[in-house]
Amino acid sequence: MNARLLPYVLILPVTLFLCLFFLYPFVLVAAQAFGGADGLSLDNFRDVVSYWKFPISLKNTMLLAALVVPVQLALALLMATMVNRMKKGRDLVLYIWTIPLGISDLAAGIIWLAIFEQSGFLNSMMTGLGLADGPVNFLSYQNPGMVFLAIALAEIWRATAIMLVILVAGIGLIPKEYYEAAEVFGASPWQRFLRVTLPMLRPSLQTALILRVVLAFEVFAVVAALGGTVMPVLMGEIYAYQFDLQNGGAAAAMALIVLGISIVFTVIILRVLRVPKGATI
Amino acid sequence: MKSLNALASAVAAAAFVASTAPLSADVLFWSTQARPVEEAQAMREQVLSGFEGGVDYQPNEDGPWLTRLNAELEAGSGSIDVLGALHGNFSAMNPDALTDLGDLGVASSSETFNGLAKLGTETLQYVPWMQASYIMAASKEALEYLPEGADINALTYDQLIAWAKNVHDETGDAKFGFPAGPKGLKHRFFQGYLYPSYTNGVVRTFASDEAVVAWEKFRELWQHTNPASTNFSFMQEQLLNGDAWIVFDHTSRLAQAFNERPDDFVAFPAPAGPTGRGFMPVLAGLAIPSTAPDPEAAKALVAYMLKPETQIATLRATNFFPVVNVDLPDDLPPSVKASGAAVAKMSASPDANPGLLPAGLGDKGGDFNRVFVDSFERIILGGQDIRRVLDDQKGRLAAIMEETGAPCWAPDAPSDGACPVE
Repeated sequence: MNARLLPYVLILPVTLFLCLFFLYPFVLVAAQAFGGADGLSLDNFRDVVSYWKFPISLKNTMLLAALVVPVQLALALLMATMVNRMKKGRDLVLYIWTIPLGISDLAAGIIWLAIFEQSGFLNSMMTGLGLADGPVNFLSYQNPGMVFLAIALAEIWRATAIMLVILVAGIGLIPKEYYEAAEVFGASPWQRFLRVTLPMLRPSLQTALILRVVLAFEVFAVVAALGGTVMPVLMGEIYAYQFDLQNGGAAAAMALIVLGISIVFTVIILRVLRVPKGATI
Repeated sequence: MKSLNALASAVAAAAFVASTAPLSADVLFWSTQARPVEEAQAMREQVLSGFEGGVDYQPNEDGPWLTRLNAELEAGSGSIDVLGALHGNFSAMNPDALTDLGDLGVASSSETFNGLAKLGTETLQYVPWMQASYIMAASKEALEYLPEGADINALTYDQLIAWAKNVHDETGDAKFGFPAGPKGLKHRFFQGYLYPSYTNGVVRTFASDEAVVAWEKFRELWQHTNPASTNFSFMQEQLLNGDAWIVFDHTSRLAQAFNERPDDFVAFPAPAGPTGRGFMPVLAGLAIPSTAPDPEAAKALVAYMLKPETQIATLRATNFFPVVNVDLPDDLPPSVKASGAAVAKMSASPDANPGLLPAGLGDKGGDFNRVFVDSFERIILGGQDIRRVLDDQKGRLAAIMEETGAPCWAPDAPSDGACPVE
């Protein structure tokens, strides 16, 4: 086989796959979103944006991402550095930490629902220890803050590992020489982390953050399980448009809005964490 | 490259064989009903096993159900033979997508149901299959708190509120349970129960002064409602675990409680308001999509499902009642006895004010429900002013009625053309 052609042949299957299962549906969705009674129109967008729940669900989604992603980033960095220092049992710890990744997000939501429910584990424990007189209702519309926290907790538990895996791989790639040099100049462990690990991790941080932020805008099943109707989020609204209202146009418009938000944040992350041209590790 | 070609053609050939070889000659019954595993299994083993030729019963959520059906309709060929779904699922479809069933010779014994099943055309588009309704149920522990002089079989909304308040005051917990969760059927309570009982209408009276009173009453009841209700969708769960003592729900969403602990719960009619005891039936139907691969077998299956024996077997399997006249045997499950008696009392009560399922809304059924759900979320959960919310939502409701041109249905007074929101 011609060596010049080989790379293209190798990426051909993936390209075909993406065209068929991503680009083509995307074009269809866009056509649906911009389609109206008579040709192109923005009616679908006007409809979904003027709906009274839209600002609330947008706010909830954004707040959730703003709370969850930084906490996950900090935790994942901490966990990755810890794992990296371990001499024994590294694999075992990694396996255990990544278990939540293997659980579907609805199942994760239901697990946390079993904890926070009125007759759930947390309540039985608190009553058993004498901390509360009777079961407390955590997940009610009266304390949206608590519902929000429960969802954030479930999300952190569920999806921190995805950042962890990427960061562990990234840290493993940093050459030991840099640390040795830093130590020679008397850098403290904290300084080594700030001046060596973090800058060298940029490419991995970029990937991890993009992946996680985009997923955060798509949060759905955990919210549906824990928040019920109390916490509307963008993805839940898309589901409602598509299946409750059978309004494919509006659902497509909402999906494009989520896509737009994701693209904006991806571009921001790419710019902020860009690796200068020519720099390598 | 040669071997690659050979491989590719082998794969293609295998795929071709797999797609053309009939996997089974069974009739594919694509349903939104009897979804829980036990019910689906009972449908297969007790209801459909008697059909000659075999049936592949596949229950699904509404979303996937519709997605596959639409895909087959758009492709112009399919593998689904028989559809089983609620009236609302069918009314959202284009009648052209369904085979006319007027010449099949089977129909329900209720002319109202047969009329709904025509979907605005001249002939049956689906055959009524089974029916249910929404009732109240209570844990026997709650009975001692019934207000004085109240008859559980003829409650008023005021008495229901007083009862829920008594329980709340005496036990310290709000024990009324309402299916306000994401999958809960709360909108049917407003459309078929609260509004008819207070305003003698649903659409015309949506923003009337009586409607304001109705929402005020509901707000009062909500004071004594378990606040976790926004996560409740199947009230049998909360009855069984004791989180709610007095509940409203669909008969089949209460069945498990009666079947597991028949001696612990009672079923009773919905309460009455100033304009009677509003209540609403639930109607499921059977249809044949225009793309059915074997329409003759599909028709045979529909006819089989309407036989009295099959209808009784269906009742045992799903807790949905027959739509044809049958003599019910004595050995029915506890849930069927309890809910059957409650429905009978409800429809036979002197102040009964039966409503119909929303008709003629086409694919706007979901938007129609959303008007009521949104009103609930804004008034009850959001604490917004009732008059302001109703006046605001009224515009959306009027737009839906005008767009679909749906005429009024009972208990609203009949209209010429689209049902007006007054």
